[in-house]
Amino acid sequence: MHPTDTRDPQYYHRVVDCQWGCPAHTNVPEYIRLIADGKYTESYMLNRESNVFPGILGRTCDRPCEPACRRTRVEDEPVAICRLKRVAADLRGEIDHLLPKAAEEKNGKRIALIGAGPASLTVANDLMPLGYHCTIFEALPKPGGLMRTNIPSFRLPVEVLEEEMDMILDMGVEIHYNHRIDSLKELLDEGDFDAYFIGTGAPKGKELNIPGRTEGSANIHIGIEWLESIHFGHIDSVGEQVLVIGVGNTAMDCCRSSKRLGGKDIKVMARKSRPYFKASPWELEDAEDEEVEILVDHSPQCFVIEDGQLKGMIFDLVEWEENEKGRLVSTKNGETFIPADDVVLAIGQDNAFPWIERDIGIEFGEWDMPVVDRATFMTTREGVFVGGDAAWGPENIIWAVEHGHQAAISIHNYCRGVPVTDRPPYGMNLISTKMGIHEWRYSNDYDPALRTEMRYADLEKRLSDMKVEAELGFDLKETVREVERCLNCDIQTDFTANLCIECDACVDVCPVTCLTITHNGEEEDLRQRLMAPADNTDQAIFASESLPQTGRIMVKDEDLCVHCGLCAERCPTAAWDMMQFDLLNPYAGHQSWPEKAITASTTSV
Amino acid sequence: MSYIKKPAARHPKLKVNSLGLTVRDYEGSMSTLCAGCGHDSVTAALVQTFFELDVEPHRLAKLSGIGCSSKTPAYFVSEAHGFNSVHGRMPSVAAGANAAHRDLLYVGISGDGDSLSIGLGQFCHAIRRNVNMLYVLENNGVYGLTKGQFSASADIGSTSKGGMANEQGPIDPVNTALSLGATFVARSFSGDKDQLVPILKAGLSHSGFAFVDVISPCVTFNDHQGSTKSYAHTRSHMHEVIETDFVPLRTEITTEYSEGSVQGITMHDGSVVKLHKVADEYDPTDRRAVLDYLAEVGSRGEIATGLLYLEEAGADMHGFENTVDGPLVEIPFADLCPGSKVLEEVQKEWW
Repeated sequence: MHPTDTRDPQYYHRVVDCQWGCPAHTNVPEYIRLIADGKYTESYMLNRESNVFPGILGRTCDRPCEPACRRTRVEDEPVAICRLKRVAADLRGEIDHLLPKAAEEKNGKRIALIGAGPASLTVANDLMPLGYHCTIFEALPKPGGLMRTNIPSFRLPVEVLEEEMDMILDMGVEIHYNHRIDSLKELLDEGDFDAYFIGTGAPKGKELNIPGRTEGSANIHIGIEWLESIHFGHIDSVGEQVLVIGVGNTAMDCCRSSKRLGGKDIKVMARKSRPYFKASPWELEDAEDEEVEILVDHSPQCFVIEDGQLKGMIFDLVEWEENEKGRLVSTKNGETFIPADDVVLAIGQDNAFPWIERDIGIEFGEWDMPVVDRATFMTTREGVFVGGDAAWGPENIIWAVEHGHQAAISIHNYCRGVPVTDRPPYGMNLISTKMGIHEWRYSNDYDPALRTEMRYADLEKRLSDMKVEAELGFDLKETVREVERCLNCDIQTDFTANLCIECDACVDVCPVTCLTITHNGEEEDLRQRLMAPADNTDQAIFASESLPQTGRIMVKDEDLCVHCGLCAERCPTAAWDMMQFDLLNPYAGHQSWPEKAITASTTSV
Repeated sequence: MSYIKKPAARHPKLKVNSLGLTVRDYEGSMSTLCAGCGHDSVTAALVQTFFELDVEPHRLAKLSGIGCSSKTPAYFVSEAHGFNSVHGRMPSVAAGANAAHRDLLYVGISGDGDSLSIGLGQFCHAIRRNVNMLYVLENNGVYGLTKGQFSASADIGSTSKGGMANEQGPIDPVNTALSLGATFVARSFSGDKDQLVPILKAGLSHSGFAFVDVISPCVTFNDHQGSTKSYAHTRSHMHEVIETDFVPLRTEITTEYSEGSVQGITMHDGSVVKLHKVADEYDPTDRRAVLDYLAEVGSRGEIATGLLYLEEAGADMHGFENTVDGPLVEIPFADLCPGSKVLEEVQKEWW
C-alpha cells in the first residue's frame, strides 16, 4: 500500500461517519461537544452554517448520519444525533447578531427562485450576503414548501418553521406569494433576472387507478394534497375508519394525522412485508405507538362503492417470493374486504413540469425530468439551475439544503463569468487536542451507556390536538447522558512515522484491536494480516510511511476505532497525536482556503 | 499513566479460545508505567501467551518482587492468583507456593535490580532447585523507579541519560543461569513479539525453571543514543540464534523446515518445541557449546536471542525432594496431619 495521504481533507472526513453521511456535511461531533459544554448558541450556529434549518431538521431530518454512526458498529444503537440538534435549537440564546446579513451594497445581480422550499431558501441564504437580489415566487400563500404542507404540526410546530425561514427572508428577500409560475419561457423572456433556480419540489402525489377510484373520489384523498389541506385548515375531520395506502414517511404522517382528526380505526396497508417498508423505522414506531395498525401483504384490488358512497376496499392477499433473477414476485392467496370511510393514498410522489416549455433549451430526459448536472445543478440551458426534489425526484430536506448550497456556488460563478464547473475546494484544519501528558481537550472516556429514548406527550393529550408536539425533546439529564455517547470521531488519530520507535505500546493498549505494525503489502492482503481482520471494506485502512527502525509500517483499521486516545496516551514519542479535524466546507463566496488550511499539520489557521 | 479505563468496547471478530475467552479476557488493570515502557509489551506478550495456551485464569499464579517490572502482574489476568513480595524475594515465595501447590502455573516477573542485585542469591537458588515456573526478567539496565542509575546488567561503556559511561562489568543473567545449570534459558526482546510469544509458551510448558531474559527498554531513562539497552540498539544488534516454534499437544505439525536445521524437543506435557537453527553448528542442548557460542557472539557486541538452551529430562524441585504427587490442599486432613500417635512413632526412630 502507498502511505495514506491524511492531508487530503477527504481522508479524515470519511472517518467522521456522521459528517460523511450527512449530505450537507454538518460537523456533528463538534456541535455535540458544544452542547456538552452548554454552548447551545454556538452549537446552533455551527449547525446552521451547513444545514441552515437546525430547529426544523432537529425534528424532521431523515438522519442519514445515524445509520452511519460508528456506534452502530461498536455496539448497536447510534448516538441520537438528530434529537441533540433539536436540543441546541431549543436552548439557544439570542442569535440575531450572529446571523448572516445581506450585503450593504448590492452587486446588481438578480436571481429568481421558483418555489419557497428549503432548496430555494438555502440559495437565498448563501447569496444574500454576497449582494445578490433574490426574488422568490411561491404558489402558496406561505413559504416553506413541503416542510410546511407535508410535515404535520405535531412533528414540526409552525413557530419553529417560520422562525428559521424568517432568518433568511428577513435579509430582504423579495417574495411573491400566491404567484405560481405557469410558464418558465415567459419568465425567461421578461429578462429581469441574471439566473434562475427551480426549487419546486416533487409536488404531485401518485394515483392509484383501480376500479372505483372515480366514483369514490369524495372520500379518496391524495396524501400530500390532503396534508396540505389539513395545514391550511381546509380539512378538519376524517371518518372513523381510515385506510392509508402505502408505508412511506408520508403514509406515517397521514395515519397519525387521521388519528388527530377523529379517526378511530386507522389501518396502514402495505403490499409487502416489513423489511421492504420505505418509512424510517422511528416513524413506524411512532405511528404504532399511536395505535395505528399496519397490515402487510395486502395489495389493493378495488374500491367498493355503494350508492355512490365509499364503503371500503378489496385487497388481494399476497405472498412474496424471490424468483431466479432475484426479483420479488407475488402470488395471490385470496382476497379480503376491509371497510373504510376514507382512504388516503400515500404511495409516492412525482415531479411535474407542465410549466417548463420543451423548446427553451432545457433538455428533458428519462421520466420526463429535466437533465441536471450532478455537480453544478445547471440544466442544459445556461443560467437555469434546479435543486431539491425538483432535480432528481423526492429526497428529503437535508439533501435539498445541500443542493441549495451547491447551486448557490454555481450561480455565484455563473454571474461572475467563472465556469460553473470550477468548484471551490474543501479544506481542513487539524489542531492537536493535547492539554497535558494524558489530558485532552475532549472527553475521551468511552461511555457504554445505551441510546437515550425519546419521551412523548401523553397519548390522549397529543391525539386531541393537531398542534401538540408529540416529541418532548431531551431534558438536561438526558442531554448530558446522550452527548457522552458520541465517540468524537473528528478527533483523529494522527500518526507521524519518523517519530515511531516501534515499542508496540499503542498496538497493545488499543481496546478495539485496530492497530498493527507489520510488513507492507497490498491492501487486500494487509486487511487479513492485521491483529483483527479488517473485513469492513467500506471503511479505510491507514498505512503509514516506513518506520525508521525496521522499515515495517503502522496500519490502522478505521472501522471500529473509538477515538479514546489511548494510543496517543501510551505513545512515548508523540508519534500518535489526537488532532481535531475541522472540515472546511466550501460555500458560495469562499472560493479558496489559505494554503495552510489544506496542508495544515499541528497549527491552527 | 492514563486517567481513563480501557474502553469496554472490543472488536467483534476477536478469536475465542477453547475456554470461550478472548485475548481481552486475559487483561488486567491499566498500566501505570511510563508510556512506551518495554514492560507493557512483555505484559501484552504474556496476555497473548495465556490466551493462546487456553490457560484457565484460576490455575495461574503471578508473583513478583519490587521494581517497575514487578508492578506488571497487576496488568494481566486479573482473575489469577497473585503475590507481590519483598524486593528480590519473589523466588523463595514462588518456591514455597510451588511446594504447597504443584499443580498451578507459576509465573514470576522480575527485573534486573530485583534479580541481579538485591535478589541475586534468591535467583541463583531457584535455578539450583529447578523450581517449576516461568521466570521472566524484564531487563533494561537501569533502576527506573529511582530515576535511572545503572543496574547490575548495564554494559561497560553504556551511557546514562546524562552522558556518563558505566565502568563496572555487567552480570549477564543468561550466562549466570546457564552456569548454574538452568534447564531452560532464553533471551528475547520486548519489541519482537513474534519471537517472544513462542518462547513464553515453551517456557510455560517446560517442566522446571524456565528462564527468559527479556531486553525491555526503559523509555524514560535508557532509550537514548549511547545506551546498549535501547529499542534502536537492541534492534540493530540482535543476533537471532534460534527461531522457536511452539506446537501445542493437540495441534498438527504443519510448518516445514529444511532437513537438518530443525530440532524438535517434546515437552513433559506432550507439546513440541521446534527449534529452527539460524547458525548450523549451534546445538541448544549442549550447555558448554552454548556458553562458548554466546561468548563469541557477545565479544562482537551482538545480543544473542532465541531459546538458547533447553533440557527437558532433568528433575525439578519436587523430584529432588521426593514430595507427594498432588497439591497439599487436595490431601485429606487426616493424611496431612496423622495425629500425635503417629508423631510419637516417628520420633521413636531417633530415640
